[in-house]
Amino acid sequence: MLNELFPNVVIEDLVVATGETFYMTIIALIGTIIIGILLGLLLYLTSTGGLWENKVLNTIVAAIVNIFRAIPFIILILLLIPFTNFLIGTIRGPNAALPALIIGSAPFYARLVEIGLREVNKGVVEAAQSMGAKTKTIIFKVLLPESMPALVSGATVTAIALIGYTAVAGAIGAGGLGDFAYFHGFVRRDFDVVFVCTVLIVIIVFIFQSIGDFITNRLDKR
Amino acid sequence: MISIKGLTKVFQIDKKQVVAVDDLNLTIKNGEIFGVIGYSGAGKSTLIRLLNRLEEPTSGKVTIGDNEITSLSKNRLRNARQNIGMIFQHFNLLWSRTVSENIEFPLEIAGVPKEKRVQRVKELIDLVGLTGREKAYPSQLSGGQKQRVGIARALANNPKVLLCDEATSALDPETTDSILDLLVDINERLGLTIILITHEMHVIRKICNRVAVMEKGKIVEQGDVLDVFLKPKQPVTKKFVEQVMGSQEDDIGQLIENYSTGEVVRLHFVGESANQALISKISKEFDIEVNILQGKITQTKLGAYGTLIVQLIGEQDEISQTIQYIKEKTSIEVEVLKNA
Repeated sequence: MLNELFPNVVIEDLVVATGETFYMTIIALIGTIIIGILLGLLLYLTSTGGLWENKVLNTIVAAIVNIFRAIPFIILILLLIPFTNFLIGTIRGPNAALPALIIGSAPFYARLVEIGLREVNKGVVEAAQSMGAKTKTIIFKVLLPESMPALVSGATVTAIALIGYTAVAGAIGAGGLGDFAYFHGFVRRDFDVVFVCTVLIVIIVFIFQSIGDFITNRLDKR
Repeated sequence: MISIKGLTKVFQIDKKQVVAVDDLNLTIKNGEIFGVIGYSGAGKSTLIRLLNRLEEPTSGKVTIGDNEITSLSKNRLRNARQNIGMIFQHFNLLWSRTVSENIEFPLEIAGVPKEKRVQRVKELIDLVGLTGREKAYPSQLSGGQKQRVGIARALANNPKVLLCDEATSALDPETTDSILDLLVDINERLGLTIILITHEMHVIRKICNRVAVMEKGKIVEQGDVLDVFLKPKQPVTKKFVEQVMGSQEDDIGQLIENYSTGEVVRLHFVGESANQALISKISKEFDIEVNILQGKITQTKLGAYGTLIVQLIGEQDEISQTIQYIKEKTSIEVEVLKNA
């Protein structure tokens, strides 16, 4: 029956493409979370009244974050081609998409991290200081745990944006469902392939959203 | 001993200089409960935060024990802070940690090994009366329970000094009393010096040995709680005393008008609870009637304090003898408001 409805869909290829989308999203998400948290912490700590208050550093980090957020993703991929080629050794396939995916979404996540950290009760930070805590302790035992629900829900939003980015990256040959929908579907005018890919991407989005919501709820003891 | 010398804090707000604490001097003895009272904006919150340098002083010196806090390097200040507990108006607990884990936090900071931490947390939970709530999260606790966690946390590293920043201001009166009882208890049991700031005279009355009244960054009056209650000198102090005692001045004219026979006298009770049987005593010993018109007696940590306004009815001679007796044989001060 599936063959009648979707005559041009080859299941084996679809499975590979779905796997590639998952692969790109998850690896890029891990990279994004690490870099995003570092940048977000830096933005928060160097801001006015922060533990490492530093106007110059704050302005520089904020400028980098804003510039990379302003560049449309498809253009960012093109701009990063030399860098990707140097780093990965090729500009095709899922791995080649990773630098652009991470650099494209980390600044976005960094802002969400910063917002999450700002919501941590200042009094709690002060209490930790009054106990003689080092900045390292405050970061790892106060700021990050206390903002964890915001960090996780931010990561969920970012993951979903990333799924969209992987599809865009697909248009220039990164692999995954976007690639599959474009080259195997749209280019050949096989719209059943486009449709199936769309449905799969929506399902993947739902999966990420549910996992994110579940973890956020479990973490939030407020 | 805690000594504060010439302590000043100036805030820069929109190019305007605001002096929050103004050349302040104060000495606090070991083991006492010292209260600082003032209205909001008096600078008392800044003062207490200067003591552990959560706020950096503009100038002046703070010495706690042998440590000159104001001259310590960042590293040594961190160590010194482990000996200065602090509790807050809004408790400032970590919502992501359970009661036990919150109390454990300062022990983690001090690098206490896990086994000893568990032991110490158990002791502290018993001390503040939270047994059975170890695994609860702060969101599941009442305000009073949260402050108990705050107190246990502040005591974890056996500090010599406890700073209380409006610690009961967010609590209802009954819970306030139970927290104050706990503070007195740990003061007596652990010999801890407690410095608390508040805008409630009730708190000062209930647990403090000495009090300082703050206004516009300066201490305008200080002394033993009983003395300050009895003879408030500054208008702001009088206002605070009225908070607890009620204002009586307005009613006296009315009283004198209403009770025209005999004599109306005001009795000041100061710190000696033995004299509280005075009324029954004088009515037995002298041939007079005693009519209580108005009064309020309140308990401070050092004894009873308050005033009674009574009408003495009888022969003029008897009344004079009664007043003579009170003046000579008791420590109660008598003030004749009206001669009939």
